[in-house]
Amino acid sequence: MAVWLIPGIIAFVIAAGVYRKVNIYDTLTDGAKEGLHTWIAIVPQLVIMMAAVAVFRASGAAAWLASLFAPITSLFGIPPEVVPLAIIRPISGSATLAMLDQIMREFGADSYIAKLAAVMQGSTDTTLYVLAIYFGAAGIKKTGDALKIGLLADAAAFISAVFAVTWLL
Amino acid sequence: MDEIEGGDPLMVSAAFAFLLLSGFVFAAVNGTMADVNTALFQSMEQSIQLALSLAGVILFWTGVMKTAEAAGLVRSLATIVQPILRRLFPDIPNSHPVFGLIASNMAANFFGLGNAATPIGLRAMRELRQLNGDKDSASRSMITFLALNTAGVTLIPTTVIAIGLKHGATNPADIILPAFLATFISACFAIVIDRHYARKRSG
Repeated sequence: MAVWLIPGIIAFVIAAGVYRKVNIYDTLTDGAKEGLHTWIAIVPQLVIMMAAVAVFRASGAAAWLASLFAPITSLFGIPPEVVPLAIIRPISGSATLAMLDQIMREFGADSYIAKLAAVMQGSTDTTLYVLAIYFGAAGIKKTGDALKIGLLADAAAFISAVFAVTWLL
Repeated sequence: MDEIEGGDPLMVSAAFAFLLLSGFVFAAVNGTMADVNTALFQSMEQSIQLALSLAGVILFWTGVMKTAEAAGLVRSLATIVQPILRRLFPDIPNSHPVFGLIASNMAANFFGLGNAATPIGLRAMRELRQLNGDKDSASRSMITFLALNTAGVTLIPTTVIAIGLKHGATNPADIILPAFLATFISACFAIVIDRHYARKRSG
């Protein structure tokens, strides 16, 4: 069923564009140009963060950190290998993208750990970044329970990811 | 929000320093410095490969989603979610224009239009501040709005699919449904705990 989703969405968007008499070729290429700016902005982040993630993993520090958390995460059925990703996810999207890349390289893209890491990455956002720019722009200094709620929601997403991957894949 | 971005500057710097320095210290103690050297230089090539494998999908998908916006689909979705928002934000007067901004922000995020969602979200935030008597503390509505935003409900996590494809996943798109389910549960959970904390604050 999942294979129908992306073609279906693209077909729906293009059909809606044609129906509403949108110059779709222009909006597609203009959007792609905007995407190019996004991409250029993330390349330096990926290069820099990938280096730190690579050192962290190759040194064995990642595995050690994972083993520290293993007694807690095993209660929720979370494999310890994805613990560093879960910890860094609210802080930096590029760092976890780099981690996801390395997890897939090490365990294989079809492994349970890789699928789980992918779902964890895809179902959450960079919570601290969102808080920083939204509250920063509005000049809010006392942020109340926002951080706590955001991080608890991330934790909920990670635990749900375990069940979702187990049941749906 | 976008799936990929920098982050809170101080926290990102701290995360970077932690990953790198703890890695070096660990390598020194455990005798894995040779592996670290190799991995460090490999990473520089791998990061460019990763960036290249993401370029096409980011460009193409932004194009498709810009078309969805031009065809009025983001607006349609915003209209659909508005009535639900009234229940989530009981403190905002019923016909206040900020509902439109919040709905557009959520709709743009849903379609993965991070660049479009952020400015709308910031405008919504400033409106919410005015509604809160221009105080510099977060109101209940602001916290609810951020909880919805950080839960990050996105239709298709395209970059994640692209990474799966790069590493030879048999069906890289099969993560869409589980990711959507997990993000949906986390958004619902965010709303529930937001209510809980709001009740606790008001005593």
